[in-house]
Amino acid sequence: MEAMIQPLGLALDGLLALTLLWLAWRVLASADLFKSIVFFIAFGLVMALIWVRLGAPDVALAEAAIGAGLTGALFLAALSRLRQGEEGMANGTHLRRANGLRFGAQAALIGLLIALFLALGFALLSLQNEAPGLSREVADMLPASGVSNPVTAVLLNFRAYDTLLEMGVLLLAVIAAWSLSAAPKEAVDAPGPVLGGFVRLLLPPMILVSSYLLWVGAYAPGGAFQAGAVLAAAAVLLLLSGRSPRASGWLGWPLRVILSLGLAVFIAIGLALTFAGRLFLDYPPDEAGNIILVIEVVATVSIGATLAALFAGGRPQQDKRE
Amino acid sequence: MLSQIATILLLLAGAAFFLAGTLGLLRFPDVYTRLHALTKADNVGLGLIVLGLALQAESWTAIGKMTLIWLLVLIASATGAHLVAQGALRKKIRSWKP
Amino acid sequence: MTPAILYAITGIGLFVLGVHALTRRAHLLNKIIALNIMGSGIFLVFGALAYRTPNGVSDPVPHAMVITGIVVAISATAVALTLMLRLQSKTGAAELPEQSPE
Repeated sequence: MEAMIQPLGLALDGLLALTLLWLAWRVLASADLFKSIVFFIAFGLVMALIWVRLGAPDVALAEAAIGAGLTGALFLAALSRLRQGEEGMANGTHLRRANGLRFGAQAALIGLLIALFLALGFALLSLQNEAPGLSREVADMLPASGVSNPVTAVLLNFRAYDTLLEMGVLLLAVIAAWSLSAAPKEAVDAPGPVLGGFVRLLLPPMILVSSYLLWVGAYAPGGAFQAGAVLAAAAVLLLLSGRSPRASGWLGWPLRVILSLGLAVFIAIGLALTFAGRLFLDYPPDEAGNIILVIEVVATVSIGATLAALFAGGRPQQDKRE
Repeated sequence: MLSQIATILLLLAGAAFFLAGTLGLLRFPDVYTRLHALTKADNVGLGLIVLGLALQAESWTAIGKMTLIWLLVLIASATGAHLVAQGALRKKIRSWKP
Repeated sequence: MTPAILYAITGIGLFVLGVHALTRRAHLLNKIIALNIMGSGIFLVFGALAYRTPNGVSDPVPHAMVITGIVVAISATAVALTLMLRLQSKTGAAELPEQSPE
């Protein structure tokens, strides 16, 4: 049985790899931007399947939710804004030129890329077929980490610095997007009974799934990023169905507090630990589980709000009060 | 053993529905018929696959989660199909006439 | 050939395809998508090399780094898209000029 399954598995791997390369080619070569984006979403989903094949279900969840879903939504929103911008300009300079490289330059570029591919491929083939990496060290320290899912342990305990800085990157991205432009006032069509009902029906389960992913991340695939992505998807659905909280007071300081809460709590906990005589972000093993849970809860809310704010595409404009 | 055979048969049947739906997506003439093929065939295909996997599930909670996923996909694909069709109608894409 | 090497080489292929599109496509949205494909290629190399453990349980450290990378990639993509839209509203085209102004 084993002997039969092994080559079948490798055939499946080969098929997935070829599909992925073909999809990437379609993404990059198609002349129509919309098609390109649709192929990009399909590409992300095949990537997620490959992550499962590589024994990385945590990454598969993140790739499907963030890499394919939310990035695809960002691209589609940007494309529709591009088209609106083109319509807005009466005599917009419509540049449609092929990139004018001479034949020699093209050949040189392709030759260079093939050389790069061969060199990197050769470097890969010269690697050892078996390498445990840091998996043994992680397994040894796992009991002291406060969680039993090794990926969550790495993300929020062993390499918590990375995640701390990442929360900083998310906040910086929102600040950059907000300082570049105000959120476009989009004419959202009336959602209609089907979309409206769908959103009303789906919102509670989405919040439930997000909490489930957050909780289960301690001992199974899941965690703050996946949970935050589901929250962001719920917010994107709300925005798409025209229920943006524009007139409410939510978009003032409460939104800013939510956006920065993840980073603030993370830093506060790190500093509190230094005052307690430990190193920055060096959790005491007995309390590590609780500390990780607190950080993950606030991080989830911040990540969800940040990704949704990035989708909205600029600083919120509040309606003037009548 | 019997449940394993049933699982294999159900999974194969589910895969056949997916294959048919995908063929319809690729070969049907317009957006409306394509939606029809994709949504219907994939919903049944996923149902058969969930049924097949439920026979092998270790616990009732696992079966519950899989059923929930199927229900969510049913709702989402029905809504998605409706929205795509509505968008196509708004753009005045005419339906295919043989 | 092991699955790890297969997927790692696929990752390099994605990276090279992405570089090609990044240099050849004029539209900035194409360029941003190409950057994302290049990123995915790098993640795939990471994940594939993490799969070389002898006991079949992957190394979780690269997985955690890839999750971090995916989130950083979407942040960078969002900022790049905002910049692109800003450029379009200023110059009327979401493309870089062929020659830098003298």
